[in-house]
Amino acid sequence: MSPNVLLGVLSNSAMPDQVAQEKLIMDAAEMSRALTRIAHEILERNKGTGHLAMVGIRTGGVHLAHRLAKRIQQIERAPVPIGELDITLYRDDLGLRKDQPVLRRTSIPFNLTDLIVVLVDDVLFTGRTIRAALDGLMDLGRPAEIQLAVLVDRGHRQLPIKANYIGKNIPTSRDEDVHVYLEELGEEDRVVILQAEAGGMP
Amino acid sequence: MTLKHKDLVGITALTADEINLILETADSFKEVSGRDIKKVPALRGKTVVNFFFEPSTRTRTSFELAAKRLSADVINFSPSSSSVVKGETLLDTARNIEAMQADIIVLRHQDAGAAETLARGVKSSVINAGDGWHEHPTQALLDLYTLREKKRDFKGLRVAIVGDVAHSRVARSNLYALTKLGAEVRLIGPPTMMPAAIERLGGEVWYDMDAGIRDVDVIMMLRLQLERKGRAQFPSIREYSQCYGLTAERLKLAKSDALVMHPGPVNRGVEVASEVADSFSSVILDQASNGVAVRMAVLYLLAGNS
Repeated sequence: MSPNVLLGVLSNSAMPDQVAQEKLIMDAAEMSRALTRIAHEILERNKGTGHLAMVGIRTGGVHLAHRLAKRIQQIERAPVPIGELDITLYRDDLGLRKDQPVLRRTSIPFNLTDLIVVLVDDVLFTGRTIRAALDGLMDLGRPAEIQLAVLVDRGHRQLPIKANYIGKNIPTSRDEDVHVYLEELGEEDRVVILQAEAGGMP
Repeated sequence: MTLKHKDLVGITALTADEINLILETADSFKEVSGRDIKKVPALRGKTVVNFFFEPSTRTRTSFELAAKRLSADVINFSPSSSSVVKGETLLDTARNIEAMQADIIVLRHQDAGAAETLARGVKSSVINAGDGWHEHPTQALLDLYTLREKKRDFKGLRVAIVGDVAHSRVARSNLYALTKLGAEVRLIGPPTMMPAAIERLGGEVWYDMDAGIRDVDVIMMLRLQLERKGRAQFPSIREYSQCYGLTAERLKLAKSDALVMHPGPVNRGVEVASEVADSFSSVILDQASNGVAVRMAVLYLLAGNS
């Protein structure tokens, strides 16, 4: 595997123009049901909202963290603090790339120490983003526990990382790209598999 | 959007978009500087060399802190302790440093053009930390960052730069940067301290300070280089101070919410009255803390291209 393939993968970025097919994996209703189930699972596992905090990984994870927190609040009538984490500075491919990725701001306006932090991302793939996020969180405090919630697990892990809460397992091949479209980003809620044309990733 | 430069020699080489990218990137680093653990691994394994031919405390410390908060290794080089006193040329010394795998060289030098010469001669990224009377780009960037925090928008902002414009790289870098972003710049100082035809670079020249600072949003005071006394640019410090010092009385001529800036070190009671330097209008200490975040942004963005 060339380093370029790795880089494209870590960012979960949309494929360039030459992408041919889009296969629908989850529609808006399925996404909504999956998030509701995850919200219940989080509450069940942690016995309520005491010491609970949500941290979304920019960009998709942040919106999903807000949605989960909203559902949890509706169920338990208790607010959950939400943070936003930008993992760019912790990426393992900084310095290997030609251009530096654009930074977005980390904003976690509460102390993580002794909290149960549910880390939220849209797609779990190689696990490298999560590794970076774990390092980032540890620099911000000492959580009692970190759990991982993802909307989609597409396999192909390169690190020993496992999610605690999964919206849907999707078997994929390596040259495919999974993309989560969100209402908050001006799209209709859905998850699709993008099949790269012959030749694979650029 | 990325910064497609190997070096940062001057503001002249940057577009308005590139300046904005640096300022936005600095936002993220300001958050890092506010944490308990003020360190991120972004430049792990990189080596930054501070190569300072002129005495400097704040700029060198600021670069050193910035590099260390990015987890880079930092080496400080100054001529009194180096082979420069033994007659080696700038380029040879730099090439020797580079041969030890330095990734970024931060240069402060008394001669204009030194950073450009070095940038052409070495493969490492070169950051100009002040070269003669030419440019001091990171100072202008941190001034812009501070302004943006307080005033939001540069369009139509009226900025007065007061003092020895002729011998000030800070004035020049700020003039380039502010005009690129749409601010209106007034250069205020005695004729002996005003370079010929400076208007061509975009500033408006005023010799009367009271008239010049009327209704400005920002007053940037330059340090009076007391070491130049006796070179016939001003008759006495007292007279200079009376004509071009920023007193509380004079500050009232500017807009009521005007900001006072100074690149430091301040000569209290000469160019800025103590009560003004310590007033609510003064953002001198904001400049110092923002300097670290802005230099982190520059180091981070250039590290991708070295």
